[in-house]
Amino acid sequence: MEKWPEPWYTVPGDAAGGDSGRNTVKKAFVTSLPVMAGYIVLRIGFGILLRNAGYGLPYAFAMAALIYAGSMQYVGIGLITGGASVITAALTTLMVNARHLFYSISMTGHYQHAGKYKPYMIFALTDETYSLLCDGKTPAGEDPDRYRFLVSLFNHCYWILGCTLGSLLGAVLPFSTAGIEFSMTALFVASFTEQWLNSRDHLPALTGIFSTLLCLLLFGPDRFLIPAMLLITLILSLLRVRKEGQP
Amino acid sequence: MNAPVLIAVMAAVTALLRFLPFLLFKRKTPPFIAALSRVLPPAIIGMLVVYCLKDVRFAAAPYGLPECAAAAGVAVVQKLKRNTLLSILAGTLLYMLLIRAVG
Repeated sequence: MEKWPEPWYTVPGDAAGGDSGRNTVKKAFVTSLPVMAGYIVLRIGFGILLRNAGYGLPYAFAMAALIYAGSMQYVGIGLITGGASVITAALTTLMVNARHLFYSISMTGHYQHAGKYKPYMIFALTDETYSLLCDGKTPAGEDPDRYRFLVSLFNHCYWILGCTLGSLLGAVLPFSTAGIEFSMTALFVASFTEQWLNSRDHLPALTGIFSTLLCLLLFGPDRFLIPAMLLITLILSLLRVRKEGQP
Repeated sequence: MNAPVLIAVMAAVTALLRFLPFLLFKRKTPPFIAALSRVLPPAIIGMLVVYCLKDVRFAAAPYGLPECAAAAGVAVVQKLKRNTLLSILAGTLLYMLLIRAVG
């Protein structure tokens, strides 16, 4: 993969000739658009819930900026209002967010040349950002690391915006947005379809679906993610070992 | 425990989970991990699709039909147009219409 030269600062438009800096921003923005609607509206719901629990704007902002993980933030409301201990909070976070380990493992290759962008990009690797970036494809002619950094950054901004907006709006919404949370599901289905169309080997995708379904049935909706990840890892490892063994 | 402390704990553990693989595999990614990281994404996205649908009640009306129909819609539009944003908009709109139709 090409390593772009790194000046100690970057000014949009100066490296690689012409408008490339601004172009990257624009393309990253367009890529992040599907996430924007879902994030902003979903996060408003979180902000409202948090406000109703008695915690206002600074808390909404802090959780959005620092934790930046959807399901965990919702669970977090419960932990805070219930006065949970540090240990409980730590263990719960570990369980709920363990899948982020896998996101990071998947991105070690893509992120290895990201240089100064890397720490933030790792920090900002959420479900949705992962699904937008995990295929490793970036627009031709743009710096892939800056592009991925910008997508991560935009998503984080929408997130913070949604959470704080929700906190401000309280319980007042001008129209019924029932069902808009489906945008998250839609994002994953679209991403899944795209990956399917791009690959000849559908075994990993099928492994993911069926392993997870199995674990959902065996362990129930609250506990199935970690077994699912373990099962997926096991099956994919076995498949690879078998593949290696063939001439 | 008060809220700021808990928020800090949740943030720290989450960040730790995200950074750990990058810290462990600093110099060179073991080939096994590299290979795994190539096949994991489609599997994980599959996992996430199931995760999003985990609370759908297929045994009771409307039997998960809005979700299935809307998800199918997303897949169809994606195949036809290869445009993620469009697929999501179409599927979400379809879902919002369907739950109002059956609700």
